[in-house]
Amino acid sequence: MSAESNVRTLTIDGEEISARADQTILEAAREHKLAIPTLCHLDGLSEVGACRMCLVEVKGARRLLPACVTRVEEGMEVTTHNPKIDRYRTMILELFFAERNHICSICVANGNCELQSLALTLGMTHVEIPYQYPQLPVDASHPRFTVDHNRCVLCTRCVRVCSEIEGANTWGVMGRGAQSLVITDLKEPWGESETCTSCGKCVQVCPTGALFEKDRAGSKVRKQPDFLPYLRIMREGEQ
Amino acid sequence: MTDIRTLATVWLDGCSGCHMSLLDMDERLIELSSQFQLVYSPLVDRKTFPERVDVTLVEGAVASVEDLKKIRRIREHTGVLVSLGDCALTGNVSAMRNTCGPQPVMLRVYEQNVLQPQIPTEGVPALLNRVRPVHEVVPVDVYVPGCPPSADTIYRVLSELLAGHVPTLGGVAHFG
Repeated sequence: MSAESNVRTLTIDGEEISARADQTILEAAREHKLAIPTLCHLDGLSEVGACRMCLVEVKGARRLLPACVTRVEEGMEVTTHNPKIDRYRTMILELFFAERNHICSICVANGNCELQSLALTLGMTHVEIPYQYPQLPVDASHPRFTVDHNRCVLCTRCVRVCSEIEGANTWGVMGRGAQSLVITDLKEPWGESETCTSCGKCVQVCPTGALFEKDRAGSKVRKQPDFLPYLRIMREGEQ
Repeated sequence: MTDIRTLATVWLDGCSGCHMSLLDMDERLIELSSQFQLVYSPLVDRKTFPERVDVTLVEGAVASVEDLKKIRRIREHTGVLVSLGDCALTGNVSAMRNTCGPQPVMLRVYEQNVLQPQIPTEGVPALLNRVRPVHEVVPVDVYVPGCPPSADTIYRVLSELLAGHVPTLGGVAHFG
């Protein structure tokens, strides 16, 4: 395949850009400093298109498409922001807040939470959708870490980092829809998991206060997911 | 918008932190007090909500039958209703009992680990089964997130209202 056939030219928000054929709309946009909000996406992990925050309009498509799992195509015309897209994103964000018990004021991640910052950047000041107030468990059986399902947005970053980077496959998802839960092993208490290596990667990639380190619970420590792309590059270099 | 002359503040189910933040405006309160008349508030003596108030700041969620009665009357007699802080906006800590209902909370506070257990029934309003944000009960005009909203944010809201704008806090103030 020639080098040229690997290049796709498209427009994002009217700006003509070139991207590699294997890139997603999200990658191409970010390379050109065009902002698309994301929640489940994390540099260094595979894409699942779970949160729908990155929905964009592609001319000719009958529905909005998630930018993180849509490949660029020749001549594509992408719009990342307009009133319709903004309305959808705000609604999705409201659904996240209404689905579980996100109480920013008492959360360990207050001030360092991706869900909280999304509400700020998208200008969401209140939730029109009635709150569900589900009764959800907190598992503090692990000596160092806690999982609080009240704050989980089911982005599955923990599941992906555990499988793709650590290789332990401790985390998984059970149930369907809003009833889904991230679980350790076959829903064993985290502290009793035989596969967990206690590496803490899941905690670092969690966008909210759902996973946190016990000894840092009160100090509002910023999470550090930046190690992922570095790890990826180093490992791919070895192969 | 008509000229704003009267201001009220109310304290429903919240911790009074929003009112503390209001006082935290410091010397700016003097500037504002020459433009607003504070006609009803936990900070002044008046016991009944006036017939007509231009702007009312509401702190706290709607948690009791009294809150419900108050907020309906306030809405009816207020020009611009401002939901102030996370309890008014989201239910926040006040709404944490919604996962179990009011009964376990009453038992915990008034019966367990208490020398003379008794659930109070006289002189206190009954709790609602579900704590609700203000906008689920009455229409709200301005939403001010924060636990509490900063003094700067409150000052911004009041200044904009005085200048004849209805402020939006999207992208300015966050929950928590």
